[in-house]
Amino acid sequence: MDASFSEISELHEKLKNKEISSVELTEYFLQRIKKHNPQINAYLTVTEDAALEEAKEADKIIARRGKISVFTGIPFGIKDLFCTKGIRTTASSKILENYVPPFDATSVQKMRAENAIILGKTNLDEFAHGSSTETSAFGESKNPWDTSRIPGGSSGGSAAAVAAGLAPLALATETGGSIRQPSSLCGVSGWKPTYGRVSRYGVISMTSSNDSIGAIGRSVRDLALTAEVMSGRDEKDATTGNREVPQYSANLRTNLKGMKIGVPAEYFIDGMEDDVKKRVLDAIEELRKLGAEIIDVSLPLTKYGSLVYAIVTPSEISSNLSRFDGIRYGHQAKDARDLAEIYSKTRAQGFGDEAKRRIMTGTYALSAGYYEAYYLKAQKVRRLLVDEFNNVFEKVDCLVCASSPNVAPKIGAAKDNPLFGYIADQLNIPAAMAGLPALSVPCGFGAARDGADGGASSSVAGVQMPVGLQIIGPQWGEQKIFDAGHAYQTVTDWHKKMPPDFVPASPLPGKRK
Amino acid sequence: MAENLKPSSGYAPVIGLEIHVQLKTKSKMFCDSPNNPDETAPNKNICEICTGQPGTLPVANREAVRLAVIVGQALNCRIEEYSKFDRKNYFYPDLPKGYQISQYDRPIAQNGYLDIEVPGENGGSASKRIRIRRAHLEEDAGKNIHPEGADYSLVDFNRAGTPLLEIVTEPDIASAKEAKIFLQELRNIIRYIGAGSADMEKGTMRLEPNISVRKPGQLELPAYKVEVKNINSFRFAESAIEYEIARQAEILKEGGMPKQVTMGWNEKAGQTMEQREKEEANDYRYFPEPDLPILHFSKEYLEEALASIPELPAQKRARFKREYGLPDADIRNLTEWKELTEFFEEAISELDELAGKALPLKFAKMAANWCLQDFSALLNAAKINPLESKVTPHNFAELIKLIEQSKISATAGKQVLAKMFELGGEPSRIMEDLGLAQVSDAAVIEQAINKVVSENAKAVADYKAGLQKSFGFLVGMAMKELKGKGNPQVVNDLLKKKLE
Amino acid sequence: MLTRDEVKKIARLCRIELSPAEIEKFQKELSVILDYVSELKKVETSGVVEISQVTGLENVLREDAPRYSDLRQAIIANFPESREGFLKIRNIL
Repeated sequence: MDASFSEISELHEKLKNKEISSVELTEYFLQRIKKHNPQINAYLTVTEDAALEEAKEADKIIARRGKISVFTGIPFGIKDLFCTKGIRTTASSKILENYVPPFDATSVQKMRAENAIILGKTNLDEFAHGSSTETSAFGESKNPWDTSRIPGGSSGGSAAAVAAGLAPLALATETGGSIRQPSSLCGVSGWKPTYGRVSRYGVISMTSSNDSIGAIGRSVRDLALTAEVMSGRDEKDATTGNREVPQYSANLRTNLKGMKIGVPAEYFIDGMEDDVKKRVLDAIEELRKLGAEIIDVSLPLTKYGSLVYAIVTPSEISSNLSRFDGIRYGHQAKDARDLAEIYSKTRAQGFGDEAKRRIMTGTYALSAGYYEAYYLKAQKVRRLLVDEFNNVFEKVDCLVCASSPNVAPKIGAAKDNPLFGYIADQLNIPAAMAGLPALSVPCGFGAARDGADGGASSSVAGVQMPVGLQIIGPQWGEQKIFDAGHAYQTVTDWHKKMPPDFVPASPLPGKRK
Repeated sequence: MAENLKPSSGYAPVIGLEIHVQLKTKSKMFCDSPNNPDETAPNKNICEICTGQPGTLPVANREAVRLAVIVGQALNCRIEEYSKFDRKNYFYPDLPKGYQISQYDRPIAQNGYLDIEVPGENGGSASKRIRIRRAHLEEDAGKNIHPEGADYSLVDFNRAGTPLLEIVTEPDIASAKEAKIFLQELRNIIRYIGAGSADMEKGTMRLEPNISVRKPGQLELPAYKVEVKNINSFRFAESAIEYEIARQAEILKEGGMPKQVTMGWNEKAGQTMEQREKEEANDYRYFPEPDLPILHFSKEYLEEALASIPELPAQKRARFKREYGLPDADIRNLTEWKELTEFFEEAISELDELAGKALPLKFAKMAANWCLQDFSALLNAAKINPLESKVTPHNFAELIKLIEQSKISATAGKQVLAKMFELGGEPSRIMEDLGLAQVSDAAVIEQAINKVVSENAKAVADYKAGLQKSFGFLVGMAMKELKGKGNPQVVNDLLKKKLE
Repeated sequence: MLTRDEVKKIARLCRIELSPAEIEKFQKELSVILDYVSELKKVETSGVVEISQVTGLENVLREDAPRYSDLRQAIIANFPESREGFLKIRNIL
């Protein structure tokens, strides 16, 4: 198989057996990025020189030692929300357009420690606020399966890069669907960890109480490998749990005998696309064939998840984005006459509309006289949501449903719809609010229905776009979702599909074999 | 005191205090940058966390939490099982994150009190209870500096993120004097515990009093209060409160109602001045800090914390009175200076050993006097504390014993102490080196007296004729003969006998 | 529907300058969001204790060990303007 769509374990074998060098592999991906990135705008920054330097180092390590990490010499992309030492980190916002952090996020540090090679920084919705990448100050990314469509978001650049074969893996973040939804829309695998499993340190905060740092890759096995590197307690993030990190990848199951999988009725919502529903039901059938016991369950509060999110998230955002004030770093308004204007003009110029909307919504929800009705009420309902999940996980090992009620809509779907993100992610948000781990794995293709409402209208277009299956686990239950997802991928090949326009004409050969 | 503030006037001040105490930890509240209030190089103690770089997160300092708990306990507060941090949102250049991590509805400590001794009737003193509403932990902001005449400001983040304990009293304080006594007592408690230097001049203790005045006969709290800022010494605190009370009483007397405002103390003008109103009332939008897990204090933790509290000033004062019978003023002066008290107590225990028996009270009285007078004077002149001086408690105790046993005169003792302070060393050795040992030998003294009596016949005659001051003259002459080293008591006694 | 004054007040609190057209735009958009979330009122929450952290972690604290950061110079270099190690900014007073 060609390197551009290979799994990490396959690339690792080739590197280890000296069939290919890390420099060759890195050069190959850099060339692909040069050629294809203009089509999809997945990368905002490409770190060509540094990547080649790091690849040379990796090759030396491979030559020197018998035993190397599975990530040694493997190139990967990073969502531009992670601080990267010496590499511009923008959060896709003008306010950080030229910000170069002097330090690495903990997860980046961990990947560097494995001698993985940073290819560059991927696009996202500004500060991860959105589900389409259309709120990026540097233009939206495009879906490799149909470049007139969105890749989803906010980790749309990461999903598009992996889907187009411009990186075998990309680090991503999720607050309420930002990994699962773009993974689903782009036909790749995405892992949203248990909140507290992976350090948030150095990743620009959106909603501190449920920001989760994960990854998007080509297979569940790759994600399990990545999880082993990224997970664990970090002394710099007090919200990381002190639990042991299992060798997820070593124990992956290929049959699911004895596993109880719940199918929550409330996740098959009105307005879900027919094909999406069909593909998800097909996938559930596959899981049954693998030995899992399928159990109907009910999560009646599901519909309130997005509402809780629409209050809690902007509230925390309004506070988390206060540090972007032009005083100590980043953009500072040139035309300010006094201190008050440094603040108000810098922030007016630096933030896009969605960020402003969220900051203002949150400011309102937290302000005197409204706190109880909005923020406090939302956190009470959140408690009920958590309890509801806890109850259902007494009966089942994991839950399955669609990752997104629709396939990728046309670019422009999110424009001027202040509720787009909240609705697009309604199947992802409840688990995110409860801090649960989840996967999205490709489970087929469906016909797109196009409309400004993100696909809920009736006009049917012919294009076949990816559909994602969502697997939600209990808190700290990463192994269970990796098991279910991996077993599913051993009997299906949806995760191996390549978008036709990005299949290389001349695959990178394994020269020295 | 202004005429209208005499107790008889019926105008009664109502004062509550908000005090910020900088905790003496080695590192900052939420990051490991050094916490050093004496750092003069700008932006030396900074890192990515306390300057609010993107993506950075706070982790709370265990020691800061412990200090806050024990100060709370020392102030007789209730420490609830759970406490949490909250964000207080506002914008200012010295506030890197655009919010301050503080505590809102679950402070570390609440509902305590501190008993202070206030002047009572007939010149005595009375105990008064000042209730403590709460004490909570928070991080400090940086410092904004405004160079004279410049059109720019400078910001130093060394202080940003250092731990503060904010202590809030109920409005139980009735005068500037009481406020001062309360602050001194609080400062001493903080210092005894080792929680901070609590130095108003250095800004490690900051005061914001809320002041209002009741009209004659008024029972309920006034409907307004005035907050005063920019107070950075005990003296300013007293002056500012007194000024503000007089100002408000004047308005009330004329039938007006003071505005609810924030005033700043202007030392040059000797008055408070209204501070420029912000464009809008602050709305801090507090909410629970999601980055910091809650604090849970177990019973064992709280018991251990309580047990670690050293003897506090009030307890020490009571014990000094009980054990040493020192006068109240001496006790207060001693206990005001924590290190001097420690020195004193060590010296006393040395004296106990030297004396080899239960300590005579006069030893304690003498040691206290020498601590408070000559030793304090030397320390103050050198600007050091007793534990830094070359005088060890052991040597100090020896000196006291030499004086008490009349081996050296008090005057010579001062010279010895000065030498000890300068070079260190044993007082008996210094005394000998300087030739200051006191002569108590009756034979030697008698010889000197005989000589003086024979050489000063007129003075002797005058004395015998009833002129008392001649006796003094003769003592002086005898002491001169003894080169100042004669034991005054013995000289006195023998001379009197001789002249009988 | 939020009033213009309410939007202006929010914008002042969060330090974002808005043009008159933007005030109108956000007036509508914020109102849409507030309408959307108003459904939450239907959930019965009396007696429910709010949750703001899902980890259940307690007492995650640092030891009090100071360290000079080696990022000091880089942080100062990122200041828009500095002067003798201070951050320099337009007159605050």
